[in-house]
Amino acid sequence: MSKKVGVYICKGCGIGDSLDIEKLAGLPEEEYSIDTVKIHEAFCTKEGVDLIKDDIANGVNAVVIAACSPRVNYDVFDFGVDKIVERVNLREQVAWSHAPKDEDTQMLAEDNLRMGIVKANASEPPVPFKAEEDYSGKLLVVGGGLAGMTAALEAAKAGYEVILVEKEAKLGGFLNKCKQRVTFPYKELTPTGIEDMAAEVSANPNIKVYTSAKVDEISGGPCLFNLKISQNGTQITEKVGSIIQATGWVPYDAKKLPHLGYGRFKDVVTNVEFEEMAKEGKIRRPSDGGEVKTALFIQCAGSRDPEHLPYCSSVCCLVSLKQATYLKEQDPEAVSYILYKDMRTIAQAEDFYRKAQRDGNIFIRGSVEAVGDEGGKLYVAGYDELLGEKIKIEGIDLVVLAVGMVPASKPEAVPKIKAPEGAPGADSEGMIEVAADSGFFANRTLNLLYRQGPELPTLRYGFPDSHFICFPYETRRTGIYTAGCIRRPMESYQAEEDAVGAAMKAIQCIELTMRGMAVHPRAGDMSYPEFFMQRCTQCKRCTEECPFGAINEDEKANPLPQPTRCRRCGVCMGACPERIISFKNYSVPMIGDMIKAIHVPEEDEGKPRVVALICENDAYPALDMAGIKRMSWSPYIRFIPVRCLGSVNLVWIADSLSRGIDGIILLGCRHGDDYQCHFIKGSELANVRLSKVAETLQRLALESDRVRYVEIGIADYHKLPGILDDFMKVIENVGPNPYKGW
Amino acid sequence: MGDGKITQTILVVGGGISGLTAALEAAEAGHEVIIVEKNPYLGGKVTQLYQYFPKLCPPNCGLEINFKRIRSNPRIRFFTMAQLAGVSGSPGDFEVQIKISPRYVNERCTCCGECAKVCETEIPNPFNFGLDKIKAAYLPHEFAFPMRYVIDPSIVGTEEGKRVAEACSYGAIDLGMKEETLTLKAGTIIWAAGWEPYEASKIEYYGFGVYPNVINNIMMERLASPVGPTGGKILRPSDKKEAKRVAFVQCAGSRDENHLAYCSSICCLASLKQANYLMETSPEAAATIFFIDIRAMDRLEDFYTMIKANDRIRFIKSKIAMITEDEATHDLLVEGENTQTGEQVRERFDLVVLATGMAPNKVPEWLLPYVGLDEYGFVINNGSNKGVFGAGCVRRPSDVATSVQDSTAAALKAIQTIVRR
Repeated sequence: MSKKVGVYICKGCGIGDSLDIEKLAGLPEEEYSIDTVKIHEAFCTKEGVDLIKDDIANGVNAVVIAACSPRVNYDVFDFGVDKIVERVNLREQVAWSHAPKDEDTQMLAEDNLRMGIVKANASEPPVPFKAEEDYSGKLLVVGGGLAGMTAALEAAKAGYEVILVEKEAKLGGFLNKCKQRVTFPYKELTPTGIEDMAAEVSANPNIKVYTSAKVDEISGGPCLFNLKISQNGTQITEKVGSIIQATGWVPYDAKKLPHLGYGRFKDVVTNVEFEEMAKEGKIRRPSDGGEVKTALFIQCAGSRDPEHLPYCSSVCCLVSLKQATYLKEQDPEAVSYILYKDMRTIAQAEDFYRKAQRDGNIFIRGSVEAVGDEGGKLYVAGYDELLGEKIKIEGIDLVVLAVGMVPASKPEAVPKIKAPEGAPGADSEGMIEVAADSGFFANRTLNLLYRQGPELPTLRYGFPDSHFICFPYETRRTGIYTAGCIRRPMESYQAEEDAVGAAMKAIQCIELTMRGMAVHPRAGDMSYPEFFMQRCTQCKRCTEECPFGAINEDEKANPLPQPTRCRRCGVCMGACPERIISFKNYSVPMIGDMIKAIHVPEEDEGKPRVVALICENDAYPALDMAGIKRMSWSPYIRFIPVRCLGSVNLVWIADSLSRGIDGIILLGCRHGDDYQCHFIKGSELANVRLSKVAETLQRLALESDRVRYVEIGIADYHKLPGILDDFMKVIENVGPNPYKGW
Repeated sequence: MGDGKITQTILVVGGGISGLTAALEAAEAGHEVIIVEKNPYLGGKVTQLYQYFPKLCPPNCGLEINFKRIRSNPRIRFFTMAQLAGVSGSPGDFEVQIKISPRYVNERCTCCGECAKVCETEIPNPFNFGLDKIKAAYLPHEFAFPMRYVIDPSIVGTEEGKRVAEACSYGAIDLGMKEETLTLKAGTIIWAAGWEPYEASKIEYYGFGVYPNVINNIMMERLASPVGPTGGKILRPSDKKEAKRVAFVQCAGSRDENHLAYCSSICCLASLKQANYLMETSPEAAATIFFIDIRAMDRLEDFYTMIKANDRIRFIKSKIAMITEDEATHDLLVEGENTQTGEQVRERFDLVVLATGMAPNKVPEWLLPYVGLDEYGFVINNGSNKGVFGAGCVRRPSDVATSVQDSTAAALKAIQTIVRR
């Protein structure tokens, strides 16, 4: 679009006292031939906003407001999506944090203004993406158990069409095996209700059910997912907008627990086998069909055990309480022992624990040492923590192992790949174990035709759960959400609730995608990356590094971007060595031009310059807060917020250094196991890429100290001045960049 | 539904993590939402937490994203210092009264801070539970959203109040503001009013409110925060000395039929996390956690495993019977039976943190025709709701991830009420 830029410099909140505003106001015209420049005591007031609106009425379409942080007054300075609004921070990051009426403060403000003008000039209003294909607003639910059926019903109630695919002949999932449920309000056992629910699903006109079916293939992206479903030897095609995976769990394999007697004694059963027996009619001793007068439940059979499942399976305590209740109902004289580590019945479920105690079940806190048989009955030897002594419980008819939950997606064996030459840890066949989190190794369910693997990447232990506390439905594949026990071990009540939320997210993804908008965490963003393919060298970096697997490849390794899968983080833009990936309002040349807009003083002036590329989500607000607290830091640093550090293209570093900038600091989010990057790998990728800058520096005969990466959390603002000043000391020590003035 | 018209607005009561989530999830799916929040800022209890378990990450990180979502979404409006004061009508066609308390500061506030400079009166800082003081013209905290000052009523009508008002060059201070009540239409209501820590003074034998060095777990969050009242040092309230020996008393009120019969779900993990805060303050610091069961569900077990590996953190299975104070030192004597050894515990601590449970904020009588409660006052969402749904800790005690999950679900329940089918 043809630009008419207006610059608005605010004097409020101490900016006018800190800076020579008249001088600053001369800059746009002198350097950028911008003749619309206004000064006001407070642009956020009605009078101030009206000034801007008048100019917009007279043709200004790019507004540069040099005032407070963009984190405030966002609503006041909203002039519609077709106008470019660039906020230059002169308040928190200049007037409130630097010496007033100081030459260096003035220079800082000038550079900030230059960068803002350059950015506004380089920005275009985003045009929402719309594929040529028809969009689908249907949901696919994979898995017809409690969670899957709940998701389907709830979405249908909100008016959405659903396709439900279940691998078994009958809907219902695990609850089909159950006699009863223990659920809110946790007072008594209740019917599972699963058959009624299955009937309701089957009868719902908005839900199309495929049983004895599986998903053979999924291609495309949100609103454009093309499915191949096979059922009874025929293949059906469908198109959906978003996907919920609710494929549940499998019990931990009790054959791995011979020390608890499983496989050695017929009367040692799992909680699943016990449940099936109860549902069939009578709880008996499998060995001889005899009466069960005494049962002993071993909790955490495999769970909370580093040798088996290190995590807690969450439901087994409540399940054993339920099963002890079955036995009590079958035979009021029967006795159940429950041997546990910690009784974990959270929230209102505590009521059921109290009931089980009242019922006369015997609870022993301790551990098992041996299970054996004596005279046709079993015994369990162990340690009773409360008595502080060894115990042996004899005359047991049935031992029940409370085995835990394994996500259905988790492969039986640890995946192995051919080890690279000389890799440590390779086995005799040259194979090496790999982390199962890539989506390549999970049991097949979705069969995504994605460059980065056919299934959802998982966290530790194989759960494709969210890594984020605040955003528990986030997965690493856009428009695909998980619900129920595939996500993490949870009781049936929680699985139902979880499925409702997953349905909400799946619906929301459809609604946003239909409008050409991104989903979380840049929900509503209408910009998306465009690829200038003529210059692509098929290096595959973008397809490999996209944290969301949004980019496919053709057979010649050309990237095939799928914009509806894109989260708009810009990691591809940062990855691309040819710099062919750009957003309408965010691009490599744009930031490059901002860096070039910084005035670099001559060496003899003794005023170094540092560029700080900072995460706009965490480091930028932290800097604002330091300003609000009137903390202070070196005025020689120029801050450029980026969508994610993963979008930092190394050319910016080369640009900076070749222009005489003395140092570059990247401020980004924590990475590693407990990463905080909202785009999963952005900050980690930035760090990895930066480690490769050393070569560039050597080539330019520059010191590697000039470039630094620092992790900073949003709450660490009190540390920021120290971090920045430390870096400035390093820069002073290495001395001026010899490329100054070139 | 009256004339058959369905009001499309979703009203969310409570702007904490649950309310924010419910509002945002609905708004991003294309619905109009109004949030009503009683504090002068959004974010609720989590704004006061130092870190989340198990990642030990700052709550403001996710809040910033949520605030950014609000900033970029014109479908969300919010009122702060506001409470739902009445509801009438039926699902799809509610009329709601919203009572707004005077902030004495209007939207012209630029947050420049000149008012606070001339203000001399100090009030106990509500954000820090009174552990320090703040000017009577104040920004609730540096991360406050919306970023706008508040004038405490104590200086309204005084000479000082006038001086404070005059210090504002933007005309943002309006000492004549009165409480007002707005009447709005809403199609459905999400009740996300959150929780309060159980009033620990009701557990008389623990001495909360009597002995200064017995605090609750949410106060501990402020003490641990590097930007809190003590700069992140765990200082005893009595003498501001650094606490080295700290006891965590689990189930303070919870799992106790005389207080809260249910389990509050989060207190185990909260104490594990807070013991970790303590470890970071000093190599000499030591924590003792008195517990009944440690309830670290699912993958949270990993966090428990990590904390257990620290030999400066002891776990003693005991329901503490009594806490008394050594009057001379203000040290605390914690007594109970170690149920693992059968021995009596009687130990001296610098500071006792009561892992107080979660009590749901009370649902007003006039809302009860639309929504059911369980015996503990938690909201039930079970299909009998009449256009009003609970979200988050009003439904059951839960951690942040579970509250967010539950609130996302509540958003869909609300949408189902107003959707045109």
